[in-house]
Amino acid sequence: MSLRTIQHIALAVFRESVRDRVLYNLVGFALLVIGTSYLIGQISAGEDVKIIKDLGLAAMSIFGVFIAIFIGIGLVSKEVERRSIYSLIAKPVRRSELVAGKFAGLVLTIAINLAVMAAVWYGVLGLMALVEPESFKKAWEAPATDPRMLIAVYLIFVQLAVVVALATFFSTFAGPMLSAVFTFALYVAGHFSADLKHFDVVVGNSPVRYITGALYYLLPNMAMFDVKNAVVHGQPVPFGYVITATLYGATFSLALIVASVWIFSRRDFK
Amino acid sequence: MAPAIDIEGLTKDYKVGFWRPRPYRALDGLTLQVTPGEVFGFLGPNGAGKTTTLKLLLQLVFPTAGRAEILGRPVGDLEARRRIGYLPENPYFYDNLSAEELLQYFGSLFGYSSSDRRARASRLLDRVGLGAERRMQLRKYSKGMIQRVGIAQALLNDPEVLFLDEPMSGLDPLGRRDIRALILELRDRGTTVFFSSHILSDAEALCSRVAIVAGGRLATMGRLAEMAGYELRGWEVVVTGLGADAAARLAARGIRATAVSEGRYALELPKDARPESVVSDLAASGASLVSVAPLHTTLEEIFVQHVAKTSSARQGAL
Repeated sequence: MSLRTIQHIALAVFRESVRDRVLYNLVGFALLVIGTSYLIGQISAGEDVKIIKDLGLAAMSIFGVFIAIFIGIGLVSKEVERRSIYSLIAKPVRRSELVAGKFAGLVLTIAINLAVMAAVWYGVLGLMALVEPESFKKAWEAPATDPRMLIAVYLIFVQLAVVVALATFFSTFAGPMLSAVFTFALYVAGHFSADLKHFDVVVGNSPVRYITGALYYLLPNMAMFDVKNAVVHGQPVPFGYVITATLYGATFSLALIVASVWIFSRRDFK
Repeated sequence: MAPAIDIEGLTKDYKVGFWRPRPYRALDGLTLQVTPGEVFGFLGPNGAGKTTTLKLLLQLVFPTAGRAEILGRPVGDLEARRRIGYLPENPYFYDNLSAEELLQYFGSLFGYSSSDRRARASRLLDRVGLGAERRMQLRKYSKGMIQRVGIAQALLNDPEVLFLDEPMSGLDPLGRRDIRALILELRDRGTTVFFSSHILSDAEALCSRVAIVAGGRLATMGRLAEMAGYELRGWEVVVTGLGADAAARLAARGIRATAVSEGRYALELPKDARPESVVSDLAASGASLVSVAPLHTTLEEIFVQHVAKTSSARQGAL
């Protein structure tokens, strides 16, 4: 694989994605939610900063997932459906470079969008820190612009990279609609994968235990990337945990991309 | 001389049906060679296997059997792809990129430097008549403009072999004239052009050789002039000032004069008639010669004849 080719494809995906109206709508709506969290905070005495932190992180996570899914499925499946892939495949490009470049391009798009959302969110929190009276600030569990909250933003990014990898994987063999449904279903199921691990306590039946055990390892453990509660309450997130979650996300994404390349390299474009 | 395109026994089965998929043979044992520098027409009705063949040559689909080489390298080889261009049928590109950005992006995949990419994009967009719209997003382009972008991207690397799938599709008469001129210009520069079409007049005007496929099989292939059925049928002589006496003399020789416009007559001579003698008789009677043209069996007639034969043979085999 040529890294240079992957880089060119990734930059083209980024250029195409940042002009997508879907992206503008989603980012615009996310910024609106973050902005209006300030107003919601105003009507909840004492809890204002916590509400802004909660809403901001939730908006980044949810709208990030929508961006990853709606733009991610277009990476391969829409390109196959609209046949724009034909001209691309005729160029001196390996199919593996194409998949890797598309994945990298969308991860870059997500990173930039997340950075914009986080900057606006910190701006709103900074405004709170300026206007709130000192008596209110004493009740806060952590400073309004606590830099440790960036850990939560970073882990949302790792989670979204896994969602992009899922969208890429499904779009190598399914149509845009099915890819979106599969990706969203696995994203939701992934939040409950930890429950599957302890399913044997509830169910004694061994086949069910084996199936749930297998599902636990197959499904992405999305809950692993969720440290929103901890950072909002000013609780520390151990560095080791962040590394483990990063390695888990990277390994899961890599496995999905390898599987995507395997499928995509054998696929007929009818 | 080694062929530019070498296809041997190329076969492709697609699976059709959802619950119980069964194979459908889209291409059946195609064998042909295309010589470097020739314009080769690949003709056939819809569903004949033309696009499947092109997809196999571009490795958009994988063959069930057989092999194909381009410029002496197996299909799909990256080095071969550096030397080919491809215009898909009804091309589609990225809505949010401009034509200039698209060509620069594709140029980067060939490893060109950024100044080279810019120069190539600019030259080609001017060449296909889109110089003024180069910065407009592709979603605002008409179908004909997209077709022109498709042609520009196919020529980006100055290809040695150019594959065109229905290149005239979506173009107005002026656009078609431009593409014909472009294909002839490429031929003069030594580019091998392999184009599929069901517009037979284009093939007749451009191709040194044609292959006709029907029902996934090769029906016939060769130089148009040497192709079975492509023979001289007679002569057409167009004259003005044809007097009643001269018309009567012609009628006596079995030559009928048909009025084609005000004072202009077309005479259809049998193939064994000598047009020179008719022309000199007419000149003596005061008529003026406008044109003399040989009448060949049209490619359309050959096409219909071979397609019908191949289709009935295939039905018989089933």
